[in-house]
Amino acid sequence: MKAVLLLEDGTYFSGEGFGKSGETAGEIVFNTCMTGYQEITTDPSYNGQIVTMTYPLIGNYGFNTLDNESYKPHVQGFIVKELCSTPSNWRYTLDPEQYFARHNIVGIKSIDTRALTQHIRKHGSMFGIISTECGNLDILGKNLQAYKAMPRNLVMEVTSKTPVHVPGPGKRVALLDFGVKSNIVRSLESRGCDIHILPAFSSYEEILSCNPDGILLSNGPGDPRDLAAAKKTIQKLLGVRPILGICLGHQLLGLSLDCSVTKLKFGHHGGNHPVKDYITGRCYITSQNHNYAIDNSTNNDIVITHVNVNDNTIEGFRHKQLPLISVQYHPEAAPGPQDSAYIFDDFVRMMA
Amino acid sequence: MPQNLNIKKVLVIGSGPIIIGQAAEFDYSGTQACKSLREEGIEVVLINSNPATIMTDTQSADKVYIEPITLEFVKKIIYKEKPDGILASLGGQTGLNMAVQLAEDGILDEMNIQLLGTSLSSIKKAEDRELFKETMQEINEKVAHSKIVTTMQDAVAFAHEIGFPIIIRPAYTLGGSGGGIANNMEEFRYICGKGLKLSMISQVLLEQSVAGWKEIEYEVMRDSNDNCIIICNMENFDPVGVHTGDSIVVAPSQTLSDLEYQMLRTASIKIIRALDIKGGCNIQFALNPDSFEYVVIEVNPRVSRSSALASKATGYPIARVTAKIAIGMTLDEIKNSVTKNTSACFEPSLDYVVTKVPRWPFDKFANADRSLGTQMKATGEVMAIGRTFEESLLKAIDSLDIKFNYQLGLSLFDNKSREELVEYVKHPSDQRMFAICKALQKGVSAGEIVRITKIDDFFIRKLKKIVKLGEEITNAGIAWLDYDLYSRAKKIGFGDSYIANLCNVPLEKILELREKYPINPVYKIVDTCAGEFEAVTPYYYSTYEEKDDVEVTEGDKVLVIGSGPIRIGQGIEFDYCSVHSVETLKELGIESIIINNNPETVSTDFDTSDKLYFEPLTKECVLDIIEKEKPLGVIVQFGGQTAINLAETLHSEGVKILGTSVQSIDIAEDRDKFLKLLEELDIPIPEGKTAFSFEQARHIANEIGYPVLVRPSYVLGGRAMEIVYNDKTLQEYIQMASDISTAHPILIDKYVTGREMEVDGICDGNEVLIPGIMEHIERAGVHSGDSIAVYPPRNLSQKVKATIEDYTIRLSKALKVVGLFNIQFVMDNDEKVYVIEVNPRASRTVPIMSKITGIPMVGVATKLIMGKTLAELGYKNGLARETEFYAVKAPVFSFAKLTTVDTFLGPEMKSTGEVMGVDKDYYNALYKAIAASGMKIPSGGNVLLSVADRDKEESIAIANKLLSLGFKLSATAGTCRVLGAAALPVDLIDESEVLDFIKEDKITLVINTPTRGKIPERKGFILRRTAMEYNIPCITSLDTTNAVLSILERLIADNRAEVYSLDEYSIYRG
Repeated sequence: MKAVLLLEDGTYFSGEGFGKSGETAGEIVFNTCMTGYQEITTDPSYNGQIVTMTYPLIGNYGFNTLDNESYKPHVQGFIVKELCSTPSNWRYTLDPEQYFARHNIVGIKSIDTRALTQHIRKHGSMFGIISTECGNLDILGKNLQAYKAMPRNLVMEVTSKTPVHVPGPGKRVALLDFGVKSNIVRSLESRGCDIHILPAFSSYEEILSCNPDGILLSNGPGDPRDLAAAKKTIQKLLGVRPILGICLGHQLLGLSLDCSVTKLKFGHHGGNHPVKDYITGRCYITSQNHNYAIDNSTNNDIVITHVNVNDNTIEGFRHKQLPLISVQYHPEAAPGPQDSAYIFDDFVRMMA
Repeated sequence: MPQNLNIKKVLVIGSGPIIIGQAAEFDYSGTQACKSLREEGIEVVLINSNPATIMTDTQSADKVYIEPITLEFVKKIIYKEKPDGILASLGGQTGLNMAVQLAEDGILDEMNIQLLGTSLSSIKKAEDRELFKETMQEINEKVAHSKIVTTMQDAVAFAHEIGFPIIIRPAYTLGGSGGGIANNMEEFRYICGKGLKLSMISQVLLEQSVAGWKEIEYEVMRDSNDNCIIICNMENFDPVGVHTGDSIVVAPSQTLSDLEYQMLRTASIKIIRALDIKGGCNIQFALNPDSFEYVVIEVNPRVSRSSALASKATGYPIARVTAKIAIGMTLDEIKNSVTKNTSACFEPSLDYVVTKVPRWPFDKFANADRSLGTQMKATGEVMAIGRTFEESLLKAIDSLDIKFNYQLGLSLFDNKSREELVEYVKHPSDQRMFAICKALQKGVSAGEIVRITKIDDFFIRKLKKIVKLGEEITNAGIAWLDYDLYSRAKKIGFGDSYIANLCNVPLEKILELREKYPINPVYKIVDTCAGEFEAVTPYYYSTYEEKDDVEVTEGDKVLVIGSGPIRIGQGIEFDYCSVHSVETLKELGIESIIINNNPETVSTDFDTSDKLYFEPLTKECVLDIIEKEKPLGVIVQFGGQTAINLAETLHSEGVKILGTSVQSIDIAEDRDKFLKLLEELDIPIPEGKTAFSFEQARHIANEIGYPVLVRPSYVLGGRAMEIVYNDKTLQEYIQMASDISTAHPILIDKYVTGREMEVDGICDGNEVLIPGIMEHIERAGVHSGDSIAVYPPRNLSQKVKATIEDYTIRLSKALKVVGLFNIQFVMDNDEKVYVIEVNPRASRTVPIMSKITGIPMVGVATKLIMGKTLAELGYKNGLARETEFYAVKAPVFSFAKLTTVDTFLGPEMKSTGEVMGVDKDYYNALYKAIAASGMKIPSGGNVLLSVADRDKEESIAIANKLLSLGFKLSATAGTCRVLGAAALPVDLIDESEVLDFIKEDKITLVINTPTRGKIPERKGFILRRTAMEYNIPCITSLDTTNAVLSILERLIADNRAEVYSLDEYSIYRG
């Protein structure tokens, strides 16, 4: 099956299609993790994005029933150099081909993914369209613009529609689900938390109605500046309960504290980003997935606790008075290094 | 944490000679470490006994000591230099063991010297099996069911308890020396006995076998602030059971999910913390292929072969960063030297696949046991990079420089049946992968191979894909080799020659297609970050894709061809030469480009040349790069025979070969042309003729007179030279070693018994600079690489020296050599000098002569190659003045690793490395060389003499010397008779008792000269091997014996050698 990837600046790559045949469009981002493609495809933060993996061999260990970060894949499309047709691992249950077909994901393979990555690095993340049906760039270009113009509420598409209760003997956490990864829930579960997963746009009252010990603002897709309502709710919650913000949750927490947010040129997507913890003086290798970052804050009550060693972007902060922790990266890993799991311990301690 | 400013002067300990298990990787790591320390303003003192290294260049450190890495000498250097710290974790197991010895000696405390990097207690925790086990238990990391024993009795008890198979690992050895897997009590007793003996602390670990599990390695770094990162993980193609040095290794891991990857990553970090290692370390795991269960196999608390591989695989300079961590710097303070913008505190992300394939010495040792197990046998390795596993594997196989049928070696097993193949692949061996491919081709299912070999299904099905594409091409033939199929073939990694073979057409046909389509490789950068950041490293690999990352510059550039994997006969010295050539080109303002594929070396460090192409040294790959870069020309004379072999084919493609012309190379290498030239020049060569049948051979041999040197004109792996003394042995040789015919004649040369000399010269086409003559201690017949050699010569008259000078000048001028060359001479008892051979290239002795004479030979040669003359460079024609100090080169062998290889020295090279001893006094230099080579000369005890008839007369004098040194003599019947007749006190040892005497430790030295080596002659062979296994020195030449005894005589006179850095010798140069 022939396929083409067209970028909005006119660059295109011809390759072979896999998964569902058809057309898909979204923002193209690259991820540098060498393992963890299943976690990546099922991470709701990728809703609306087409992900290209920089590691050329994807699918080597197949797909299994356990390594999901949500109930289904959320990537808008998937781009690889080679999709393994001979996977091997004791846990694998599904071939990569079957997996993408079953979940209606349009993918393209056999393209020079390094060239694509370099293009995005140089020109910034941009919209793209994959098609297995049409190779005419003019037509595709028009379709691409149409997709791009289509208004979407990315968080609304992935948040849980109703509250979900994951009971536990420990601290009660209200988890505001902007597109939460399962491993955040698992990380709390393994610390005994009693978890109430709430829809993203729950009101202040709805959030407090479960009488939580703390609030977790989850990761999720898209631009935090589009979520004005959530920002307002969070502002009300400040100081009311301890709060942990992760990724999009971190950005929202920042916005609610009058920080500004900017879009990064091509974002951080990978499992090898060094972050320096100013409190301990230590460096941790973190798992990251974000296109936006908090800018230097004018809020004097905020203390920057974590900084990306490579480009000095803000990766975490605390508040001088209020009980809150906020990290841009993913302490729950999945995929990526588990070095930062201590953030959850800090959160649990903060709720005590 | 910033640098520890109390550390101003550091002693770096090198790894000594190249042996199996400890190769060029430590020259790379040591050189990088020295550079890294000096960047921070540290004064670096270096000790290494291996002269063929870049690290022992005077430019590498502030002071370079080429001295034995023994407690005696290292202490002398410490007293003299008074360093503030010692860095030993970059010198392999040798360095680490020395660190332990120094610490235990008390000198470090006495002199208030800090052991930098990993502490003594960390070393012990990682290396002492019992402590390691305890430490792992404390942090809940599982190790295999095991027990540490120090006696055979305990060992046997353990075996009874847990049953076979059992893995035996001696503590404190390298490359798994003396280890193995025992399947029954007999094997168990044998391996344990050896292991107990070889371990520095008489300790072996017995371990439940997890053979068949996945073997996964992690390269971990930690700094003093407890920051930990993983540089790379690697998956062994072969499951646990084959030493990782003998296994094909792939980076990153291919069959691990993120959960498994992170599980082992987390464990690695826990382990490096528990061991409190600062710097790089290597952790090996066995992972159950059917669950999350894993065990820690072992930890190397130092930079290792795997870390060199990981450095080259990722671009992350592990040794450089380790050195900085050792002086207190932390990872976040150190810059990533690849991107220059990001920090060293990150984990490399690869966007390619790396495959390492070991290079084994079995082509040289036809009789060696080719099976692979826990004891490493490879002398070197190659690495290749591709965008798919198939591509990287096939490129790696191409890089091996072996004479198989290109990439799959399928013709090797053409005649084997399916059943035979299935049987063959049960046991790991160097050729197993080729056998697997053949089995797949013959219809054995991937599943069955997986079941038999326990190699992961992923890899086997990749091999199957390769085999199937090969068959598809064979079926298609040239007629149907369309664009689609051809480009698939290129993308999977097939070379054009292989495609031509598959289609059964001449290569030109394929090249026509390639031009017609056209399909050409692109080159990508190894950037540590998968393209996420802009990288400035000029480190490239080829692949068949869209975008080329490499910017081709305009100016003058020259391509230097490297020497590929380390193997017997082609060692680290050629890497030394390549690196110096590249540096000189830079100095001349010419862009230097290197092609090589050996991950262990300095030449493949990304900042050695202006551009590094990590590629197979095949005609196709080299031409592709030439096509892209369009250099002025190519230098082939520094890359050993590998590079020289490419000269003609490149030349015929219109590539300019810089330096000595292809015609001259041909004359030197073509025997008939060479003889004709010598005749014209009136330079004698030992008489010789070519025989096409046994009858003819016998006739020639009798005409010339025995002994004669015989060899096939067309040398196939393992069938090589031998000296024969009569018709009978000639006949044996011809039957055993060659299928003589008109197509494969044998060469018969007069064997001149006499002194051998060699010369390395540098010629600009008109004038010749001869830095010096080296004289061999062993008389002719021992390969020059295996003999002890001395400079300046001690036994040559002025007349002989003048003759050698004259022949050298006339010969090199006649050959119009431009650059380096090497000539081997032999002198008979009447001082008549013969030329044995000319090598129109750099030789093994170039680094030695460069270091001793202070003449930068490769640098000078490179300048001549680029058009300068010797006169312009200020050098005079002829033999340079001799130095007023001595250098002795001694060979080092790896026989302990190569079971069933005969240890006697003959015309075929067997050594894997060399050491040098330098001193103003000849005997001190000799003593240093012998000490550095690791030969343990006993100062007393019982010597066993068993010599060939031709040596019996001469052995009397040796026996006398031994007696006067206080040794007791034993001899086998024949030798005993001769010694007895000379009225010497000697005990007769019955042939049947000899081996028991050795095993029972009743013999401290064996002197055994073989009647006729190698082939059956079982008794001598077994004697030599037994001595080897039981670590008792066994000397197989009377000349070597005399040299060794001369040291003992001097030692008794108590003349202790002092240590001097290379700089201190400069005033004694000519």
